[in-house]
Formats: sequence, structure tokens, C-alpha cells
Amino acid sequence: MAMLADIASWVLLTLGGAFVFIGGLGALRMPNLYTRMHAASLTDTMGAVLIIAGIMLQAGASLATIKLAAILLFLLLTSPTASNALASAALLAGQRPGEATASSERGE
Amino acid sequence: MTVLFGVFLLTLLVITALAIVRTQHLFAAVILTGVFSLLMAANFFLLDAADVALTEAAIGAGISTVLFLSALALTGEYERAGSTNRLLALGVVAVTTLLVIYATFDKPRFGDPEAPVHQHVAPWYLERTPELIGIPNVVTAVLGSFRGYDTLGEVFVVFTAGIGIVFLFGARRQRKPEALRSVIGELGEGLRHYLVPRVVGRLLIPFILLFGLYVQFHGEYGPGGGFQAGAIVAAAFILYALLEGEAQALRVLPTRVLTGLVAGGALLYGAVGVAGILLGGNFLDYSVLASDPIAGQHLGLLLIEAGVGITVTGVLLSVFHAFAGRGHI
Repeated sequence: MAMLADIASWVLLTLGGAFVFIGGLGALRMPNLYTRMHAASLTDTMGAVLIIAGIMLQAGASLATIKLAAILLFLLLTSPTASNALASAALLAGQRPGEATASSERGE
Repeated sequence: MTVLFGVFLLTLLVITALAIVRTQHLFAAVILTGVFSLLMAANFFLLDAADVALTEAAIGAGISTVLFLSALALTGEYERAGSTNRLLALGVVAVTTLLVIYATFDKPRFGDPEAPVHQHVAPWYLERTPELIGIPNVVTAVLGSFRGYDTLGEVFVVFTAGIGIVFLFGARRQRKPEALRSVIGELGEGLRHYLVPRVVGRLLIPFILLFGLYVQFHGEYGPGGGFQAGAIVAAAFILYALLEGEAQALRVLPTRVLTGLVAGGALLYGAVGVAGILLGGNFLDYSVLASDPIAGQHLGLLLIEAGVGITVTGVLLSVFHAFAGRGHI
């Protein structure tokens, strides 16, 4: 049983890591702000959920699991909100979804 | 493994620092300083300094970023091209770096139990805290009781800095009360028209306050205490100001109350010390506060941590309002 939980946890952690990696790649390579944000949000959602689920399996039935669940809940509430705020701020600042950003403005 | 993580985080720190120096865009530089603080907090946590990590994350990554952004509203978005002597600066930095690197050769190995820091007073604190103070978090015991004078000094430094900033910036309140423009664009009323951040933000504020209180009163048992809790509570109110507009936040916590908090916390800390004298002990000796010395220590720590928390909250909020209330000049 412990073996099974270990395997499941490692699968989740690896998958989460892969999502974070893809998100990072997308944030670097996508053509404009909105598509880059779309890629980065993958890190916040799928990456965070899978990694925290993996750690929860490692922690087992303990106080740490409850804390991790609370962290996950707050992440799921706050990161989409941050993405929303960022996107609407960009739209307000005159960033149009269609066009590619000039490379000089990409210095994040 | 810890060393590997440490090297990784430190490398990221150096990269972030270089990026901060290189960028001309002050907005990006501010966000990068937030990143820097978060990396630093992770580093502190790796070194088992959870209390410091909590402070660094709350103040460095959270509140300073907001303060810097409000300051940017008063200045410009881009760095002015300087004509300073870069070669001289490079020379100074190079010499300092070489000296610091040379000094590290004399340092004990990372985690070495024979290091002077683990041989000096630390064993005494670790050994005597359970019997003298009776709390699990030795950091709080050292900070609040053994080194109570130092912390009193720190609170007064925070207090003085807060008063100084309020004097410099806070005087012209009547002209533009609703200005928090750079943080949220050209909107005097906060994010009132943005439904999603507002709903979620309002949902989160009570939990942030609750967490602040937990950090405040759990400081004797786990990482936390007045400094961290003050920053977290201030962050909750700053979030409220960002969502509802600065004027509304001032209606909730008026300047008069903030001034009271700034002075009241420091006063509470000092009063606990004076109470010790009046009850026949030394200044800041909490043992005499209750019939049982350990209970007295608990009471004293609780009160001074509350004083620290109150002052830190008041100062951070006053500084925030002082910056945000000025608007564009």
C-alpha cells in the first residue's frame, strides 16, 4: 500500500514537473503577452495541483496534508484572479490580443 | 541535497540581482526585487530560519513591492540615463567582491557543528529556554526576553522611521485623497469596477487577517511573532485599499487610528518594561509580572509581541497611505 502511494505520488510529481516545464517553455517562446500568460497559467493550475497532490500523498494522513490542501485552495483562488487582473490591466494599457509584442518590450 | 538547493537559489539570486541592475524599466525592477525577496525567503527557509523567511516573504516580497509601486506613481517609469563614472563603480565593486570572497575562506564549513556561532551563547539559550521561559520557539525567547532591549530598540527604529516618513510625505492629505494610480492604472477608486479581483480579494481578506492573528499569537510555539504578524495584517488592509480605493481604506482605519497604533504599540512595549520595574524587577524582566516566573515570562512575551505587531501594522499602513495619498505631483 505504501509502495502504491509512493508510485502514485512520484507519477503526480513528475507530471506536475512536466507541466511546470512546459509552462516555463511557453512563457519564454510564445509570441505575445496573452499567449505567454496562457502558458504561464499552466504552471499555476495543473503544475501546482499535481505537485501538491503528490506531496500530499507523501505526507499521508497528517496535519501537513490539511495545510497543503489549504495552500492548494488558496492557490486555486488567487492565481486565476491574478491572471485575470494581469490580462485586464494589459488590455487597459492598450495591449491588443492579436499582435506580437516587439522584442524590446519583452524584458521581463 | 540542501547544498544543491542552496546553490541553485543563490545562482537565481545573482541572476535576479544582475537583471535588476541591467533593466532601465523601473516597474520591472520593482517586480524583480519582489522575486529577489521571495528567493531570499526560500533560502532562509532552507537554512532553517523560518522566522526570518516569514518576515522576508511578507515584507520584502509583499509590502515593499506595493510601497515601491506607490513610489513609482510619484516619479517616472523609466530610469534616467546616468553619466556617472562606471569604471570607478566597477572598480569598487570588484575590490569589495574580492575582499568578501577572500573572507569566506576563513568561514567554517556550511552546517559545521564546531562553528563559533554554535559554540558561543547558542547552547546556553537552547539549554536554558525550556526552564527559564518555558516556550518551544527559542527564537521568540531570545528575541522577546533574553534580548528584549534589542527588540525594544528595533521597535523604536520602526516607530521613528514611520514618523519620519509621515512627516515628510503625509502632510498634504487634503489635496488629492484618492490617488493610487500606478498600482492599478488610472483609477482613483481602486479596482471597484473589476469584479473578479474584487470578489476574490474580499473573500481572502478575512483569512489573511486570521492568519495574521495566528502568526501573532502562535509565535511562542512556532515560527512567527509581532514583526511577521504586523506585516501580514498590514498586507490585508493594503489589499483592501487596492480593491476599494485608498479613501475607503482610510475611512475604515482613519489616520488618527493609525497614529494611535504606531505610538500605542511602542508605548505598550515600554510600559511592560516599566511595569517590571514597578513590580520590583529589572526593566523588561517579565518574571515579576505574575506570581509564577514562567507565567510572567509568557505574559510579558505576549504583551510585547502584541506591541511589536501593533506598531509594525501602524507604521506600514501609515507609510503606504503617505505614499499612495500623494498622487501625481
